[in-house]
Amino acid sequence: MHLIRPAVVSLVLLTLITGVAYPLVVTALAQVVYDGQANGSLLIANGKAVGSELIGQPFTDPRYFRSRPSATSPFAYNSEASSGSNLAPTNPALTKAVQERIDALKTADPTNTQPIPIDLMTASGSGLDPHISPAAAEYQVARVARARKLDESMVRRLVAQYADGRDWGLLGEPRVNVLKLNFALDHPEWSKGQRLPPSTRFLRQRAFMPER
Amino acid sequence: MTVNGFIQVVVYLGLLLALVKPLGAYMARVYEGKPVLLEGVLGPVERFIYRLCGIRPTDEMNWKGYAFAVLLFNLLGLLALYGVQRLQGMLPLNPQHLPAVAPDLSFNTAVSFATNTNWQSYSGENTLSYMTQMLGLTVQNFVSAATGMAVLIALIRGLIGRSASTIGNFWVDLVRGTLYILLPLSLVLAVLLVSQGVVQTFSAYKTVPLMQPTMDTSGKAVNEQVLPLGPVASQVAIKQLGTNGGGFYGVNSAHPFENPTPLSNLLEMLAILLIPAALCYTFGRMVGDTRQGWAVLAAMLIILVPLMIGAVWAEQAGNPALKSLGIDQTAGNMEGKETRFGVVNSAIWATATTAASNGSVNSMHDSYTPLGGLIPMWLMQLGEVVFGGVGSGLYGMLIFAIIAVFVAGLMVGRTPEYLGKKIEAFEMKMAALVILVTPAIVKIGTAIAVSMPSGAAATSNPGPHAFSQILYWASSTGNNNGSAFAGLGTNNLLYNITGGLLMLFSRYWLIVPVLAIAGSLARKKRVPPSSGTMPTHTPVFVALLVGTVILVGALAFMPALALGPIVEHLMLR
Repeated sequence: MHLIRPAVVSLVLLTLITGVAYPLVVTALAQVVYDGQANGSLLIANGKAVGSELIGQPFTDPRYFRSRPSATSPFAYNSEASSGSNLAPTNPALTKAVQERIDALKTADPTNTQPIPIDLMTASGSGLDPHISPAAAEYQVARVARARKLDESMVRRLVAQYADGRDWGLLGEPRVNVLKLNFALDHPEWSKGQRLPPSTRFLRQRAFMPER
Repeated sequence: MTVNGFIQVVVYLGLLLALVKPLGAYMARVYEGKPVLLEGVLGPVERFIYRLCGIRPTDEMNWKGYAFAVLLFNLLGLLALYGVQRLQGMLPLNPQHLPAVAPDLSFNTAVSFATNTNWQSYSGENTLSYMTQMLGLTVQNFVSAATGMAVLIALIRGLIGRSASTIGNFWVDLVRGTLYILLPLSLVLAVLLVSQGVVQTFSAYKTVPLMQPTMDTSGKAVNEQVLPLGPVASQVAIKQLGTNGGGFYGVNSAHPFENPTPLSNLLEMLAILLIPAALCYTFGRMVGDTRQGWAVLAAMLIILVPLMIGAVWAEQAGNPALKSLGIDQTAGNMEGKETRFGVVNSAIWATATTAASNGSVNSMHDSYTPLGGLIPMWLMQLGEVVFGGVGSGLYGMLIFAIIAVFVAGLMVGRTPEYLGKKIEAFEMKMAALVILVTPAIVKIGTAIAVSMPSGAAATSNPGPHAFSQILYWASSTGNNNGSAFAGLGTNNLLYNITGGLLMLFSRYWLIVPVLAIAGSLARKKRVPPSSGTMPTHTPVFVALLVGTVILVGALAFMPALALGPIVEHLMLR
């Protein structure tokens, strides 16, 4: 039974090293070097957090760009219970849900004849996807412009401002941040807010603060 | 498949291969006990652990002692993790005041993390406190990975030993692997991930207002959103590097706080295969012939790359059932996938995480097209030897190499040998045990679940996909992967207990015979190669090895796959 002592002692010591010291060191480094990112990449306006640029929110008002459908319960974009739909492609419930989403979009925007991009019709993996594709944003430009009595080209300019290409032109997919875009629509005076391209994320960032 | 999709696959695999040699050579130094730079910082810690443990690092163990140490250490870890979950409500660092975890779920989760499976029947953000995540899960993420690597190194010592009775000291391998390999890599990765937006804090969850208030399903107004925070990056780093895969949040690396950008995604994907791939080089270096390691790595890549491209292709094709609705499916099958990753990075991840026994996900495999979902399932069913778990994948693959030289030996009528060690009846019995155990328990587990009313009731999709959900569950737990067709409701007595047993068998029923082979090989003399020796670094051998893995995997699982994803695919045409 000469093995019991090393087994117990090594478990205790490795617990202290990997379960206490390691997360504490990472937290200390994170809070000093990357405090904005480490605390949830909050969007701050007038000194108050108005959301996180990484966590999407639900929008149904025609004046806003809609986010992707979300499968979280009991309400869409419930960030306390991240979840995908886990519907199989053969599941009739999926086809039915997509048909209902098509109907809802068409009701809000009956004159739009463009084919609807798939990401606006499908629930994301997390249910918290902060992005839509540029195609999904373009599909909604006319509706948002009409509801806000704005010029389409102005709305399109704003979309371009909140669109990211692939990281370094290579990684991932092009995307538009819905929360930031809608925030900028509501606060045109703030639309010149801090805007850093994704490749600069290694730099220290404070919370995202739009400026007047 | 788009041009950019192809380029992203090439970039990923290219970066991975570039890291194999430097990391592999470094790990060989760590396990050979040679001095490494980090000893300047962590050397005193290492020596302090040995002193308090009362061990002499130069004392070696025979295979039975080694196996007993592995099992005892893992058993203690399992009990500790069970205890932390059951006492969660009374322990500090629980800002959300989460209550104790139920006994069956605690058992499942404790087994899951101790066996490096990291199957999750729960959602972290509403089940586990920061204390449980750190002291319980993060710790097991480290030591279960270090255990797998230690067993591999013991097997390698068996292959290089000459008439030796010992195969190393488990405590030394455990401590050095943790301190000099897993800890520094995790620290670097964690900080890089924070820079991308992975959260790392001990503050309580943060409440923010909704820009447009909404309503829940019962008609109640909802005006705010609660952002779940926590020490996430530190756990995500090791869950990726140690082929653990257990997410901080319920949706794992699909969660924007766990994997916020395409760059964080690339880093996390690299971390999945990094150590399993580099260990091939470590193996070559330790046996004194790096060509042996490259040959094994080549066999793994030959299986992985076509399946990876196949999965991207299947997801890019979109869902035929939605075709008649007249929507624009050029982005592919986006159900269960995140916009920032798209189908390409989702499918690359799905194949990497199931080739390795990682099991983390950045998209929901349950919503994949039938063929796109078949690929991850089959990669697990191959026995988690194509990269596989850290250490466990390569020791599994080396067992297949032993089978392959045995098959070749039968064909030409000679006693097979591998790396100068004769492969005889004892080794073959143990090897047969290793390759037969997992297919057997996967099918037994599937049979139990489908024949119980509560097993079938847990499925969430109709038709053959319901069977796929159960088969995927058994393949995942029965090969220590941990990914899921997550619509299956597994947080109940049947799945928690059966799944726990599958994970226990597939981990420890393999480790013991592997160590037995190590002990038996170590005792043998090394015979010099003769004209009749089959070289094990040539393309012929690589082809033979690939053939053996595929044949065993295909024969064992084709009938089951035909009942699930293959029927489903035909239904969609």
